[in-house]
Amino acid sequence: MALLDVTDLHVAFPRGKKGEVEALRGVDLTLEKGQRLGVVGESGAGKSMLAFAILNLIADPGRVTQGSVTFDGQNLLELSERQIRRIRGNRISMIFQDPMVTLNPVLTIGKQMIETLKAHRSISTREARRLSIEKLNLVAIPSAASRMDAYPHELSGGLRQRVVIAIALLTDPELIIADEPTTALDVTIQAEIMSLILRLCRDNDVALILITHDLGVVAEVTERLMIMYAGKCVETGRTRDIIDAPKHPYAVGLLKALPQNSAKGAKLYQIPGSMPPITNLPTGCPYHPRCERSTDKCRAAMPPLEHGVACFHPMHENGARDDAEAAQ
Amino acid sequence: MTHSINDPIVETRGLEMRFSLPTHFLSRKKPVLHALSGVDIQIQKGETFCVVGESGCGKTTLGRAIMGLLTPSSGEIYFRGERIDTMDEAERKPIRADMQMVFQNPYASLNPRRNVFQTLAEPIRYLMPEKSGADVRAQVEAVLDATGCDQSWQRKLPHEFSGGQRQRIAIARALVTNPAFIVADEPISALDVSIQAQILNLLNDLQDERGLTYMFITHDLSVVEHFGDRVAVMYLGQVMELATTDAIYRDPKHPYTQLLLAAIPRLEGGSFDAPREPGELPDPVNPPPGCPFAPRCPIAQNICRSERPLLRELETSGTMAACHFAE
Repeated sequence: MALLDVTDLHVAFPRGKKGEVEALRGVDLTLEKGQRLGVVGESGAGKSMLAFAILNLIADPGRVTQGSVTFDGQNLLELSERQIRRIRGNRISMIFQDPMVTLNPVLTIGKQMIETLKAHRSISTREARRLSIEKLNLVAIPSAASRMDAYPHELSGGLRQRVVIAIALLTDPELIIADEPTTALDVTIQAEIMSLILRLCRDNDVALILITHDLGVVAEVTERLMIMYAGKCVETGRTRDIIDAPKHPYAVGLLKALPQNSAKGAKLYQIPGSMPPITNLPTGCPYHPRCERSTDKCRAAMPPLEHGVACFHPMHENGARDDAEAAQ
Repeated sequence: MTHSINDPIVETRGLEMRFSLPTHFLSRKKPVLHALSGVDIQIQKGETFCVVGESGCGKTTLGRAIMGLLTPSSGEIYFRGERIDTMDEAERKPIRADMQMVFQNPYASLNPRRNVFQTLAEPIRYLMPEKSGADVRAQVEAVLDATGCDQSWQRKLPHEFSGGQRQRIAIARALVTNPAFIVADEPISALDVSIQAQILNLLNDLQDERGLTYMFITHDLSVVEHFGDRVAVMYLGQVMELATTDAIYRDPKHPYTQLLLAAIPRLEGGSFDAPREPGELPDPVNPPPGCPFAPRCPIAQNICRSERPLLRELETSGTMAACHFAE
C-alpha cells in the first residue's frame, strides 16, 4: 500500500455572492514509502495549495470540495482536528520557505524544539532536550548544545533553515513536505540545505514532497516529478524521464527556456504569454492559448491525464505520426 | 561586441562604502559596516558586465553607488571619463538621462497610483524639460513598441498587469530617455521561469538594437553564463575574481568562485550527493583581518588569515583573482 494516496483533489474559494473558483482542479498523487517527489509549477499553479490540502490546512473561506487524501490507510480529510494533530507535525512534517517566519522570534531554539517534542511524545524535558541536541547535530549545526539557548535572530539564514529541518525531523516523520525550502537562501546555502535534505531522506527512508519552481533542484533531489499548471497536474513520471524527454508542451517549453539548455548568446526559447489566473481560465486545456501544438480539440475539452501526461498532442509519444498529424 | 579596452564607459577606483550602525547604548564602540572595500572595475562600452555574489556581498550597493543613489565613503566613480561621484544634483542631472536602472521587484518599483503613461513620461519631463508634450507622447509610444508593450497599456495602472508585464514597463521606463548604460539589479529573479526567458530575450534584443551597456547584478550563475561578457564575483564587499564569462566557467581560479559554481543545481543531477559543510558570510561589521573567504576556504593557509590578497592579474589566463594561491 502506498504511503500517501491523493485522489481527485479539488479545492475551491468563494467568489462573489454565490460563485466559486477552483484553485485545485482534480489532482492525483501516489507516494511510496521513502520516495521523493518534486512538484514544479509557476506561481499560482496550485502547488502550495496542494501541500496545504494534504495536511487539511486549507483556511476558511477555502475548502476541499472533492477528493480524498489517504495517508497510511486513513483519509486525512475526514479526521477530527484532534485526530489529525497526531499525524500533522508528527508523522508528516513541513518545512516552509522563510525560516524567519516559521520560527518563533521570542522563544529560544531549544524551547521550540522541546515544546514540539513534548506535544507529540510523553517524555521528560531532559529526554526531549537530549533528542533535540541529537537532531541539531544531525543537521550539522556547529556546537549544537550551546545553540539550544540561542534565539532565531542570532543565527544566519542557513543555520535557521537547518534548525527548521531539525524540528521537522524531531518526531521521526515518515513524510516531509517542503514548500520552497531554499528559495529565500543564497546559492551556496541552497546547495548545503538541499544536499542535507536529500541525504536525510535517503538514510532514514523518509518520503519527501518538494515544492519548488527550480527544475535544477528537482533534478538533483527527487525521483519522481509532477508538473502543475493552473490547478492541474499536466505531466508526471520519473524525474529523469521527464527532464530528458518531456512530453507535455508546457514541460518541453519550461526546460527549453532554461539558459543552460541554450547556446551562449543565442535567443532563449520563450513560452509566449503567461499563465492565466484561476479566475479566468480558458476552455479546454488551460495551456492551449500558449501552446504551439494546440488544435480545436484542445480548445473544446480538457485532455485527461493518461500515461503520465494530460495532452492530446504530447511530444515523443508515437513521435513522428503525431507530429505529422499536427502539421496537417 | 565592440569594446576598445582603453575606453571604459564606467569606472570605479578604490570604491569604499561604509555605513555607520546605531551604537549600543552601553557601548562606546561605533560599529561600522563595510559594504564595499576597495572596488576597482571598468565596464567597457557595449558589454554586459555581470556582478555576482550572495546576499550581503555588496553587489547592489555597488550598482547604487554608480547610479548616484548612494554617496561613496571614499574612492572615485567615472562615467565616460568624467568624475561623477563628487557632482551635485544639478551637475548630475544631464548625465542621469544616460544612465538608468531596472530594479528587482516590479511590484515595488512602479508607483501603484500612476498609470503607465505617467510613469514613462516622468523621466523625460524631469530630465529633458525642453521636450514638448507631443515629443513626450511620441517617445513614450516608441519605447512601448520597443519593449513589446501594447499602446493600450498607457492608461492602465500597475495592478492590472502580471509580473512579467510590469518588468517590461520598468524596462521601458529605464529606456525612455535613451540611456547608454543600464544597471539591472536582479531584473528576473522575482519572475516565473517561463517569463524569465521573455525578459532576458528582451534585454538582449534591446542591447543589439541600441548598443546598450549593461551592468547586470544577479545571484543566478546560469543566467550569467548565457548572458554575460565579463563577470565580477564579489564576496563581503570585495571583488574576488574578474574575468570573461568563458574563463570563469571553464577555469574558475578563486576558491570562492569554485564553490559558487559547484552550488548550481544541475539538470544532470548528482552534484548534491556529497555532504557540504555549513558556511556563512563573516560579520561585515568585524571582517576577518585577512582574506574574507579564508574561514570557509578549503586551501586557506596562515597568510590568508593575516593578509588580505589584492586583485591581481594571473599570468596564465588573463583572469584577475584576489587570492594568494590562485595561479
